[in-house]
Amino acid sequence: MHKYIFRRLLLLIPVLLGVTFIVFTIMSFTPGDPAQLMLGESAPPEAVEQLRAEMGLDDPFIVQYLRFVGNAIKGDFGRSYTTKREVFSEIFARFPNTLILAAVGVAIAVAIGIPVGIISATRQYSLIDSISMIGALLGVSMPNFWLGLMLILVFSVGLGWLPFAGFESAKSIILPAITLGTGAAAIITRMTRSSMLEVIRQDYIRTARAKGVSEKKVVNKHALKNALIPVITVVGLQFGYLLGGAVLTETVFSWPGVGRLLVEAIRQKDTPTVLASVVFMATTFSFVNLLVDILYAYVDPRIKSQYSK
Amino acid sequence: MTSNVAKGTMTVEKKKNKKRSQWAEVWRRLKKNKMAMLGLAILTILVLTAIFADFIADYDNVVIKQDLVNKLQGPSAEHPFGTDEFGRDIFARMIHGARVSLRVGILAVGISIIIGGTLGAIAGYYGGKLDNVIMRVMDIFLAIPSILLAIAIVSALGPSLMNLMIAIGISSVPSYARIVRSSVLSIRDQEFIEAAKAIGANDLRIILKHIIPNALAPVIVQGTLGVAGAILSTAGLSFIGLGIQPPAPEWGAMLATGRPYLRYAWHVTTFPGLAIMITILALNLVGDGLRDALDPRLKQ
Repeated sequence: MHKYIFRRLLLLIPVLLGVTFIVFTIMSFTPGDPAQLMLGESAPPEAVEQLRAEMGLDDPFIVQYLRFVGNAIKGDFGRSYTTKREVFSEIFARFPNTLILAAVGVAIAVAIGIPVGIISATRQYSLIDSISMIGALLGVSMPNFWLGLMLILVFSVGLGWLPFAGFESAKSIILPAITLGTGAAAIITRMTRSSMLEVIRQDYIRTARAKGVSEKKVVNKHALKNALIPVITVVGLQFGYLLGGAVLTETVFSWPGVGRLLVEAIRQKDTPTVLASVVFMATTFSFVNLLVDILYAYVDPRIKSQYSK
Repeated sequence: MTSNVAKGTMTVEKKKNKKRSQWAEVWRRLKKNKMAMLGLAILTILVLTAIFADFIADYDNVVIKQDLVNKLQGPSAEHPFGTDEFGRDIFARMIHGARVSLRVGILAVGISIIIGGTLGAIAGYYGGKLDNVIMRVMDIFLAIPSILLAIAIVSALGPSLMNLMIAIGISSVPSYARIVRSSVLSIRDQEFIEAAKAIGANDLRIILKHIIPNALAPVIVQGTLGVAGAILSTAGLSFIGLGIQPPAPEWGAMLATGRPYLRYAWHVTTFPGLAIMITILALNLVGDGLRDALDPRLKQ
């Protein structure tokens, strides 16, 4: 098992190098001279020239990339063009907010998705099944930034119950977390239902029923344990997506997270911050995916046994 | 069925019949699926709306013409969905927005199918080192959440309709490459391919004539769902200001402009959002229906 984890961690290195290379290359297409942008329009050409040399902007592309990676490993992503502060500390200061939002969002999605999925599967084709499947369909079809605005309209503007912007109190998290979690809830519901339906048809479930185990016990003990294995993967992947994809939700609710930092940086043409935010979020996403795979290997004895030797 | 396709002696007419019957079978199964038919009906209306948008509302005189006296008016007989912050009729803008969304969605998916499909077909057909290199690069692209990749591309290239389509198209290339590769792999070693090789067909002909038609089903399903995803991404990127620029009507951008007026004018954000949701819903219904119709084995 340790070998497996170690091997997966090693495999992550080329992936992350590739990710940084792609993002770095894309961002290098940004028009405008970074040195000019930092010094302003009216800066004398000699000063711009000097800064270009200092920043190494005249070096070949690959040298610039390697320097970026070298610095990034040390946690140095350069300084923001606009705030002049270190980009990395800015991202790190905001990351906990994104993490909390994604965690609460996933918690809501799991709390809704798994029970509804199980009920739907055990009562297939019933009214309750149809209603939850239509609900799930609407959930995946709804743009989440629109859902956020509609929630604000009802609960903040209309009823005045909940705050709609910023992160001041625990109440502030309710609307953004629901907004972020709805799509995931729909996906988890569908996954739980189909996984449960598949397991219920297995021979060992028929055996359990045949030997007189109560229906409740069949569902909760025999079926659920097996049905939840693929669901765990989906939940983990959704968590990764929410961490990386909270950009729109954070914008709607002015949530002080990494996603909003990214959007603000794009508006201000602050390339170092954009580059660092995207690299940071993609890295987090890769780590979460790795954790999901390891967790999957732990919970599924069939996979675990392959690596325990 | 498959081994017949490769027979060089088969006449053109026979081939046509063959194809027609296969797709007729799919259509027969699809027709039984009520939800998919509902989706298809909605989609047809949307496509017709997009095509005939100019007949429903004039672009220059209604859609982008400002009328500040009538700004932010609620729904009325004259303006069924009200007016926006410049007094423009929201219904008319939504009609033309359908054109923008469908065009971007379809073209973006077209870009990803062409690039991803080619890469996937090459990787699957030739295998070996080439396959390894292509798929490892695709894995790296998959490690970046697609919305982030699209955001990075648009922010570097600058916001425009074309760049938006490129960004969304590129960001979903890996999933098509994977799908095409795996279906090519499952077809590559079948007998009819061997037969085609034996009668001297070259690689290009085999890929274009025999492999692609047989690998089409999963691509069609993914493509339908992909248009939904692309429309959603377009709206999202426009919402944060990285999409289609004003005064062009785009659903996500319309939503964004209504945001400051949420308190006084709920209709500005509500209706464009509903349009997005209904479109995505219809595409998802058709996509799911097509999946079941094209591969009945999946449906238990």
